[in-house]
Amino acid sequence: MALLTFDTRHKPRQAYISMAALLLLLLIFPFVASQFGNSWVRIIDIALLYIMLALGLNIVVGFAGLLDLGYIAFFAVGAYLVGLFSSPQFAALLESVIYYSPAIGEALVTVFGPEIQQNGIHLSVWAIVPLAAVFAGLCGALLGAPTLKLRGDYLAIVTLGFGEIIRIFMNNLNDPINFTNGPQGINMIDPIRVFGVSLAGEPGSNATVMIGGVAMPSVNAYYFLFLFLVIATIFITSRLQHSRLGRAWVAIREDEIAAKAMGINTRNVKLLAFAMGASFGGVAGAMFGAFQGFVSPESFSLTESIAVLAMVVLGGIGHIPGVVLGGVLLAALPEVLRHVVDPAQQALFGRVIIEAEVLRQLLYGLALVLIMLVRPSGLWPSPNKEERPNAALAREEEEASTA
Amino acid sequence: MSEQVLLNISGVNKRFGGLQALTDVGIRILQGQIVGLIGPNGAGKTTFFNVITGLYQPDSGSFELAGKPYSPSAPHAVAKAGIARTFQNIRLFGEMSALENVMVGRHVRTRQGVLGAILRHKAAREEEAAIRVRAQELLDFVGIGQFANRTAKFLSYGDQRRLEIARALATDPQLLALDEPAAGMNATEKLALRELLVKIKAQGKTVLLIEHDVKLMMGLCDRITVLEYGKQIAEGLPSEIQKNQAVIDAYLGGAH
Amino acid sequence: METFIQQLLNGLVLGSMYALVALGYTMVYGVLNLINFAHGDVLMIGAMIGLSILQLLGAHVPDLNGGVQLAIAILGAIPVTMAVNILIERIAYRRLRNAPRLAPLITAIGISILLQTFAMMIWGRSPIPFPQLLSSEPIMIGGAMISQTQVLLLVLAAVAMVALALLVEKTKMGRAMRAVAENPRVAGLMGVDTNRVIVATFAIGAALAAVAGVMWGANYASITFTMGVLPGLKAFCAAVLGGIGNIYGAMIGGLVLGIIEALGAGYIGDLTGGFLGSHYQDIFAFVVLILVLTLRPSGIMGERVADRA
Repeated sequence: MALLTFDTRHKPRQAYISMAALLLLLLIFPFVASQFGNSWVRIIDIALLYIMLALGLNIVVGFAGLLDLGYIAFFAVGAYLVGLFSSPQFAALLESVIYYSPAIGEALVTVFGPEIQQNGIHLSVWAIVPLAAVFAGLCGALLGAPTLKLRGDYLAIVTLGFGEIIRIFMNNLNDPINFTNGPQGINMIDPIRVFGVSLAGEPGSNATVMIGGVAMPSVNAYYFLFLFLVIATIFITSRLQHSRLGRAWVAIREDEIAAKAMGINTRNVKLLAFAMGASFGGVAGAMFGAFQGFVSPESFSLTESIAVLAMVVLGGIGHIPGVVLGGVLLAALPEVLRHVVDPAQQALFGRVIIEAEVLRQLLYGLALVLIMLVRPSGLWPSPNKEERPNAALAREEEEASTA
Repeated sequence: MSEQVLLNISGVNKRFGGLQALTDVGIRILQGQIVGLIGPNGAGKTTFFNVITGLYQPDSGSFELAGKPYSPSAPHAVAKAGIARTFQNIRLFGEMSALENVMVGRHVRTRQGVLGAILRHKAAREEEAAIRVRAQELLDFVGIGQFANRTAKFLSYGDQRRLEIARALATDPQLLALDEPAAGMNATEKLALRELLVKIKAQGKTVLLIEHDVKLMMGLCDRITVLEYGKQIAEGLPSEIQKNQAVIDAYLGGAH
Repeated sequence: METFIQQLLNGLVLGSMYALVALGYTMVYGVLNLINFAHGDVLMIGAMIGLSILQLLGAHVPDLNGGVQLAIAILGAIPVTMAVNILIERIAYRRLRNAPRLAPLITAIGISILLQTFAMMIWGRSPIPFPQLLSSEPIMIGGAMISQTQVLLLVLAAVAMVALALLVEKTKMGRAMRAVAENPRVAGLMGVDTNRVIVATFAIGAALAAVAGVMWGANYASITFTMGVLPGLKAFCAAVLGGIGNIYGAMIGGLVLGIIEALGAGYIGDLTGGFLGSHYQDIFAFVVLILVLTLRPSGIMGERVADRA
């Protein structure tokens, strides 16, 4: 990793060149990959959303040191929000309200207008994203509030419990009032429309999107949107990290009692960590719902929470580039493997011995165990943790950094 | 020396289950003084510290800082009111640099939040720069300015103690409460610490000090309070304390 | 009234299984101050091994008495679960005893995933029917039904808990366990081999989980590689409810949680005016956990955690 660096404070020129080179690669990628079909870009689209999740969880686990095992709940919140407000689902909801309590139902129809009864509510992306961020953020603070006084292990289990509770609610909130449509989930969710252009392509165009005269597959269009969101997330979380708030988070992580003694209101700061982390999860969830066109409770289980945690842990807890690496490895790799390993096994052994799904689970489990035992700070840990107590070496480093 | 009372605490009682840790303990510190709190191990000195800084809730007691009552209900509120402390077993933020540790100390006197962090508008940038400058000043003041970027857990023991003091000073306290700052130090380090404390006093700061090194205390403190088994057994000038029979008995043979 | 007794019985059955698993959690927490996140999957392994043994027996000696077959299955599952749990201690916990608290928990999560993956590879992904070896004719108690399998489960659980209590109170190993649970350093100074005690703790917990696993399969007639996750978590909630680190607390906590869950599932429809149905059953354990941790963190019988100062 010596050539590739993002350390803008100590090695600005190298950092900016690295970033520019990487950006160029990222921008070209979809056009190259499209030559081989849509599946590669689709894989990366989903991977980008998971990277966003990992970066959000990094705030809670990495910066503040709070082990949240129910993080996927915020992904679910965002996804179901877009399911409710960008699809015909609201019509179904109204129907169940009218059935259950005609008076309230009629009142709602008067307020929202009769069209809602037919088609549901269809908000645009510009409304959905802030709505998802704020609502998920509130949920984050709410779910975090009971955990503030808990020790590490208990915090983990309680947040896990919350994640499960949310999943159970999503699975069952279809009776008597149909919020989530139960285990079937919500489909026919609108695709994202940016400046009048639908990212799913116009109907009949075989999922081709026209942007300023250039035609591209829908997955490519989403790629650029998600790439933009991930870059924005990196930007925001990086700024948060190197700020008064970021220091407060690390202080709490390192020694909560000392942090309190230094005047940090640990309750509020922890709630902020939960809220900020959750809001990224919510936005990612909203994008997920719109991208897939449907949401169902299966996508939001404990397994998913652990998968996101694995990305943060594998890459480097607290270190943003590391977390991105972890996200790339664990989100994209299994899908890549599925395309490579199955045919390879067929060719070599005549049949598939280890399915890609099994391989995925093995990877996650091994990642968590091996990293904690062998390299707990992750594959790409924060550079200044490499500091040696050796006085000479340290002096050398100080000279270099102040040069 | 100003005659203003900075810290006025009285009637503190604290019980842990079956153990009465503190019985009717109080202390009165004037502005600009260095006051010592001594006593054999288990006398309740750190417990008293923890009570006045909000780590433990007392069963009873009245607490006044600079004439205004303050409630030791939460540590961060106490820091905001103006009491900063160090810990018997050093509690630094190990993974942060020395500079960052002290910058955290500025948290309670600064304001920027989420928006400031993300937008980095002019006010936020200025505050951040001011925090950094002040932190470096304090590191220089305690004598470890050259280690600003060293990860805190890699500092030498004596330097870690200084760092903790710098961090406490960063909160702009009215009262600096130090819990055994000289513990584990050799004679040279203690001398350096003494110089630092004199420097701090010269700046007009008020200090409350727990220590075991009686010689250090005698030369440094304006007044000394002695605790034994959670009760106050003596209070006065160092010379008086040295001759106090109850104190001598409590230590079973005096200074070490 | 009949429903009430039925739900109570259901609760006792469920609670007995929770109690057996909760004991494993609480004993490990007592000596190591750590949650063995993978313990629920040890239950699953016990069930799977038991299943394989029963399938083997069914193929070769199908006429053997059902109760005996179950006994063999349990006795066969126990060494395997012990080996698994001891391995977990070796790999995940021993090397990380002085690491920051999150490390062993994260490692245990990884091991949980690995155990499930291995089970998925060996026994497949779909639920597997568990042989029903005891007569399915129910026994009537006051208008409520209980199956022979369930009675066996209650008996086994009771025997196991009594045996454990005797072990802990009356034997040398039990004394050593209590000593290590209270203060490991001093126990070591008194000549107790703490590592051996910790290994024994894991082993005993695993044995209890094996019993619970095989009987879970017998009771619900079907098992799958994910069966251990939720019961494991609920058993942990039960351990906290009873008082973490406290063996009697785990027993009480398990039974109480089982009853709460059964009664809750039965009556939640009535309580919420039809708004919440019995599918919300799984929530009770977590709600109980949150309430306990907020209102009375030391649990029903008080926690007994090591003095690790």
